[in-house]
Amino acid sequence: MDESILTQLATSSPPATRPILETRKLSLQFGRQVILKDISVQIKKGETIAIIGESGCRKTMFLKALVGLLSPTSGNVIFDGQDINQLDDRDMTNLRKRFGFVFQNAALFDSMTISQNIAFPLRQHGVPKGKSAQNLITDRLAEVGLPANVLSKRPSQLSGGMRKRVGLARALILEPDLLLYDEPTTGLDPIMSDIINELMMRTRKRYSVTSIIVTHDMHSAKKVADRIIMLYPFSRLEPGEPQILFDGSPESIDKTRDKRVKQFVNGEAGERLMEMLASKGKSHPDTLNQVDPNSNYGRDEE
Amino acid sequence: MATDPFPNADTFFSRLFKSLHQVASVWGTVVVEALTTLGDISLFAFQMFAWMVRARPKRETLMANFYAVGVLSLPVVALTGTFIGMVLAIQSYHQFKNIGLETRLGAVINMSLVRELGPVLAATMLAGRVGSAMAAVLGTMRVTEQIDALASMGANPIHYLVVPRFLACVLLIPALTVMADFMGIVGGYFYSVIVLGIDHAQYLRNSREFVGGFDLFTGVFKSVFFGATIAIVSCYRGFHCQPGAEGVGRAATAAFVQSFVMILALDIVLNIFLDAVYFTIWPTGAKLF
Repeated sequence: MDESILTQLATSSPPATRPILETRKLSLQFGRQVILKDISVQIKKGETIAIIGESGCRKTMFLKALVGLLSPTSGNVIFDGQDINQLDDRDMTNLRKRFGFVFQNAALFDSMTISQNIAFPLRQHGVPKGKSAQNLITDRLAEVGLPANVLSKRPSQLSGGMRKRVGLARALILEPDLLLYDEPTTGLDPIMSDIINELMMRTRKRYSVTSIIVTHDMHSAKKVADRIIMLYPFSRLEPGEPQILFDGSPESIDKTRDKRVKQFVNGEAGERLMEMLASKGKSHPDTLNQVDPNSNYGRDEE
Repeated sequence: MATDPFPNADTFFSRLFKSLHQVASVWGTVVVEALTTLGDISLFAFQMFAWMVRARPKRETLMANFYAVGVLSLPVVALTGTFIGMVLAIQSYHQFKNIGLETRLGAVINMSLVRELGPVLAATMLAGRVGSAMAAVLGTMRVTEQIDALASMGANPIHYLVVPRFLACVLLIPALTVMADFMGIVGGYFYSVIVLGIDHAQYLRNSREFVGGFDLFTGVFKSVFFGATIAIVSCYRGFHCQPGAEGVGRAATAAFVQSFVMILALDIVLNIFLDAVYFTIWPTGAKLF
């Protein structure tokens, strides 16, 4: 077959099969402490991935490294064919229009009203052509099920669930291609957790957005995700063992043979309590001394 | 874990060497940490200057910081300036009266205020009122991931948060210094002339004769460096805040203490420099008496 036809066929393959985000041997280290080691993952366009793992396995740091909030020590993060750590400030800023990040406690700006919080990405990147900022704000607010009277309030006047929904509205305002959720159901009651799960599913359907959800909540992960990835703390691995213990469908995670994955999925402490008691007095290997010491605040542009 | 370099420390000299080694080790760690922090602060300041040149800060962030630094600090600076002027009059009066020079009190009070106490007092007030608040606000933003949220939405946190605070401190501390000077002079005059009964005309004549434009310039010039130091140290402490309420508290305390120490250290260096400039321009020197 002619080579040009082959190329054409390759490029015209359905977008759903092409990874929109890929990490290649991504490693993150603070001083001598290894946080992430050689993590390679491919995420297809439109897919919803749940990243699970015990506290301290650095799921959030992995999430932040995916959007350039933390610089990897080695390896690459490729988003839509571009290595994000090779981009200059201007290109990185432009790329950030395509990311939405829902932080664990929403990370709303205390000094601003809810309206100003939701409008912040519009202020940074401009209002899309043919749309009005006010309409966008009220539409997103309605999509996450909040009344218009919260717009003039401050974040401190809202409940945890409301703040998370405002965080989602803010992340959605520019209709991103990639949406990242950091523990979206943590700290919420079961009903509010399910509301957030439903909102994540509706958002995916409405915007065809690729979603990555970091969570401890197995119910949420199984309900929302197409694929589950389980990370394990590097300090607890045997030498040479990969940090991703599981990468597969929600259905297959229950059939896994790995004892550590089973323990996590079933919520069983096993021998861990005895290990913790035995290590009394020793510093925990996963404890970090600083908050995001590699944080990338110095490189982004307005 | 560090190995013991003197395992058989039984003789006097080996015990002495062991003690010296421990002292050197502790102080070495302190010095290395101090130098590392200084290097970090320098890099932070460099990034801030780079962002100041690259993009103008947004008007609303600038105005909010101008208001917090300038307008809200004005009453406390004015009040403390007045008190300091009066205290100087109280402290100096009897000494000067003993040698019959009480009419020169105005010169001494005004010179002290304009050259030294005004700028240092304004800077101290700014470090306490604004610097600590900056560190606490930025520290809280750091631990609640608001700084990450800014970056994730394409706003550079240094440009968005640090540059306006720096500009507010640097541009408005001269005004606060002049206010501290003015109110100190008024306070000194009030106590000397109204309370102590020093002759009004002589007090003013001596004040005018001995306090010149260069003295006022000296204070205002130094204050700009003090303002820059407060903004950089406080914002750095906020950005590098440790997690939790204790971390935020420590950041606020460290911002004030470190700013204050650096203000005093800078004061020495700038005074030496400004004296050299003064004696280069006017080789005959000052003539207070």
